[in-house]
Amino acid sequence: MLKEYRTVTEVAGPLVIVEKITNVKYEELVEIEIGPGVYRRGKVLEITEDKALVQMFENTQGIDPAGSTAKFLGKVMQFPVSKDILGRVFSGSGRVIDKGPDIIPDKLLNINGSPLNPFARDYPNDFIQTGISTIDAMNTLVRGQKLPIFSGSGLPHAKIAAQIARHAKVISEGAGDFAVVFAAMGITFEEAQFFIDDFKRTGAIERSVLFLNLADDPAIERVATPRLALTAAEYLAFDLDMHVLVILTDLTNYCEALREVSAARKEIPGRRGYPGYLYTDLATLYERAGRIKGKPGSITQIPILTMPEDDITHPIPDLTGYITEGQIILSRDLHRKGIYPPINVLPSLSRLKDKGIGPGKTREDHAGVMNQLFAAYARGKQAKELAVILGEAALSEDDQKFAKFSDAFEDTYVRQGENEDRTITESLTLGWKLLSMLPVAELKRVKEEHIKKYMPAGGGE
Amino acid sequence: MKQNEAGVIVKVAGPLVVARNVPNAKMYDVVRVSGEKLIGEIIEIHKDKASIQVYEDTAGLGPGDPVYTTGAPLSIELGPGLLESIYDGIQRPLDQIKILSGDYITRGVEAPGLNREKSWNFAPAVRAGDKLSAGDIIGTVQETPIVVHKVMVPPGKSGQVTKIEGGAKKVTDIVCVLKDGDTIHELTMMQKWPVRIARPYLEKLVPEMPLITGQRVVDAFFPVAKGGTACVPGPFGSGKTVIQHQLAKWADAEIVIFVGCGERGNEMTDVLIEFPELKDPKSGEPLMKRTVLIANTSNMPVAARECSIYTGITIAEYFRDMGYSVAIMADSTSRWAEALREMSGRLEEMPGEEGYPAYLGSRVAGYYERAGRVKCLGSDHREGALTAIGAVSPPGGDLSEPVTQNTLRVVKVFWGLDANLAYARHFPAINWLTSYSLYTDMVDNYINENVAPDWSLLRKEAMRLLQLEAELQEMVRLVGLDALSAQDRLILEGAKSIREDFLHQGAFDPDDAYTTIKKQYLMLQTVLSFYYEGLKALTAGIEIRELLTLPVRTNIARAKFIKEAALDTFTSINQDLKQQIALLVKKQETLKEALNA
Repeated sequence: MLKEYRTVTEVAGPLVIVEKITNVKYEELVEIEIGPGVYRRGKVLEITEDKALVQMFENTQGIDPAGSTAKFLGKVMQFPVSKDILGRVFSGSGRVIDKGPDIIPDKLLNINGSPLNPFARDYPNDFIQTGISTIDAMNTLVRGQKLPIFSGSGLPHAKIAAQIARHAKVISEGAGDFAVVFAAMGITFEEAQFFIDDFKRTGAIERSVLFLNLADDPAIERVATPRLALTAAEYLAFDLDMHVLVILTDLTNYCEALREVSAARKEIPGRRGYPGYLYTDLATLYERAGRIKGKPGSITQIPILTMPEDDITHPIPDLTGYITEGQIILSRDLHRKGIYPPINVLPSLSRLKDKGIGPGKTREDHAGVMNQLFAAYARGKQAKELAVILGEAALSEDDQKFAKFSDAFEDTYVRQGENEDRTITESLTLGWKLLSMLPVAELKRVKEEHIKKYMPAGGGE
Repeated sequence: MKQNEAGVIVKVAGPLVVARNVPNAKMYDVVRVSGEKLIGEIIEIHKDKASIQVYEDTAGLGPGDPVYTTGAPLSIELGPGLLESIYDGIQRPLDQIKILSGDYITRGVEAPGLNREKSWNFAPAVRAGDKLSAGDIIGTVQETPIVVHKVMVPPGKSGQVTKIEGGAKKVTDIVCVLKDGDTIHELTMMQKWPVRIARPYLEKLVPEMPLITGQRVVDAFFPVAKGGTACVPGPFGSGKTVIQHQLAKWADAEIVIFVGCGERGNEMTDVLIEFPELKDPKSGEPLMKRTVLIANTSNMPVAARECSIYTGITIAEYFRDMGYSVAIMADSTSRWAEALREMSGRLEEMPGEEGYPAYLGSRVAGYYERAGRVKCLGSDHREGALTAIGAVSPPGGDLSEPVTQNTLRVVKVFWGLDANLAYARHFPAINWLTSYSLYTDMVDNYINENVAPDWSLLRKEAMRLLQLEAELQEMVRLVGLDALSAQDRLILEGAKSIREDFLHQGAFDPDDAYTTIKKQYLMLQTVLSFYYEGLKALTAGIEIRELLTLPVRTNIARAKFIKEAALDTFTSINQDLKQQIALLVKKQETLKEALNA
């Protein structure tokens, strides 16, 4: 029989203090009954002598210290998993909200997971074709990678994420069992519905698990949402051997919820009021992507975050970039020019690309073409900046060619349709076609034999 | 254990646990927390309360749980078996943990740092009757095909050998007995050392040899000395980790310690997969045979992250004491500083800058001061060197933040990474204008003597061109390229060639990833001779346009892919260059004569 305490003494924001407790453990799950049959859950954040500081996972509205009872459940927060979670919708705190039956659990899993032993990890090196040239050819995604999309308010990150979820495939082998875990944190109903509709339209919904914490749901629930999603993903990937794509959106809202808890605890803040442990906390989410030696499944993460004021030095994108294996950055300029997907390739990066490309995986010339496109586009952009000040006539002959190249690059390489699914060969061929606009002496990043083999006739004088 | 021998937990807040009445609590002593015996370290004592940082997840701990003292500071095991290992922050072998607890790291797992079961062939180097002092080598073990592990008398012990025994031995077997007056020291191949205390040496010396890394921008422009210190700050995506990996792979240190401190798990996996396959350019053996890895990834307990760099440098010092040249790479020291900050915050200390504790600077300095070239303990006066290279991850790439600033105050080499270079895929993205090395003069002398006498001249000339380029670029931005004189255009072209054909280096290209000093010299010479010959041609009245389209320029650009075995190719490139320019000059003269006639 669990003890029930009627000693809730303080409620402040997401925090509740329970006093005169005995035998309570750190991180223990707490259930507070705020009225007959109405329960709210939280976890122990700190215990000092007989006083427990509890962080609620659910709204604290309606908690009356005098009329509430707290029960310490003797376990950490768990999520019930079984094969039946596929196709289901859960709230941000893990309750079933699709009017379906409760999950009969195969297992109860600790939502915090455990750190994966680096020795047990298998290196991600299977190329995933997303059908988007700027990702496949230039910022290659591989299975088991965590590759965030750095976006801004009003940019079409949701469309891109849905497009990736729709087209992503591994070309080297049979597709395997594929699943999508989608966690919404504080996004609007419309945005969430966009994903759901897209999943429904393509039939992906049957292979999806959705966790929805919408903008009007309590902010503090968001702290648990990505952990629930990743727990489900780990079960699907490593118990059921599926290839899981996890989309987390929007991490900015998650971090804000974390800041709220930290501020309520009166902790010494780090940059911009975010807690000093934001890096560690984010790492416990992102590092749950990967592959395990000897297991066929994998978890690939695409977290989405909106950079406040498009500022990439803001702590959220900054710390994310230090943990994730690269980033896809969207550009407001390209978006204004009407280019979709507005992926700004220069600052975008996939750290694992080198292991996922090349002969046997994509094509022998991939690395060269990628580096050459980057270098040429960077030079073209520079030339164009110069032309703005001095006029195009002031550019050298070569620079004019590069400037022209960068326009063509944006217009035909970056730009593609929402349903256009380019294969990697198409993307590389298109790359060569663009490179043929440039003098061959300037193509220093591609190997000579590849120029001979792949450069379209008539290109590069 | 009896109840009165243990303290009692009164508070749990994340990795910080406060316990009351811990018997014999001493600062930095290791304690075992709760029935699960989690490892912790005392970091503050306040009357009868001790604050403990726990190196494992503290979920499930609560007031009333016991805390036991061990009476000893946090120590690691040093002896044969270190090499090729991968440890967590407190020297638990991750491969053993995987056997014990599966794919995920669960807590309370105990595994000794050195394999107790493995036998090593111990070859004694002393005889009964020899008088030994601390640091003397009592025998050797061929630990890996390229590293001879020297078993030494531990610091603080000495005496006359009464017994020495060779043959197949385990690390815990007694191999040597010393008699020092009335005390008897029984020595095994293993010694223990507290990680927070620097291992002693006889004397510190000034570094005088370069650490050749095969990275052109490093060796030519910003070299680091054996026994020196360097830091690599840069925003994310600028290639810190790739540079650290390149240095760990190719630096000509005999032992490499790589500390993954609060970084990505996949990066450690990458090292684990790649190092056993990569061959050391000198010995042809896999690089792993000289490497020790410490992995405390970002999702592993934060307190153990704080400890990981000390574990790493203690192992490094141990190999230095054998007389080896050791290099330690820590990626990233910012994560270590953040771990300090997190513990400091939980201790409710008064914060310094940006929430970091006020003692951040002294901790950083304390770490880098453990590097250096030293005369080791032992009567043979052997020399060892420990080079420390730390990555720094400044938030937002802002170098004014406390960790970078405190690091710059103590290190001698600064490789400043530049996001703009990285965007243009110029790797390594080390900015040649902001970076510096205080070892250049020393290294210049060394290379002038050993490779080519005009090395330092070439290096200075190349640097001068790069500086001039930056100034001229400013001008071009205002008035356009056409307004520049032909000579200035040539400077721009020469500098561009230095950047693209010399400094740019592909980490993943088998021919380009490592460049010997000899080849670096030839490359630099070739790139510069285009500038010099071009300058002569300009005086002879040749148009700059014609110089820029010389076919030999393509060969110069591709010189980086020339194999080390085919360095003669450079001679022919230089000949081609001279010939082609001479041809231009000749054409020009014929034209002139024709006009005159």
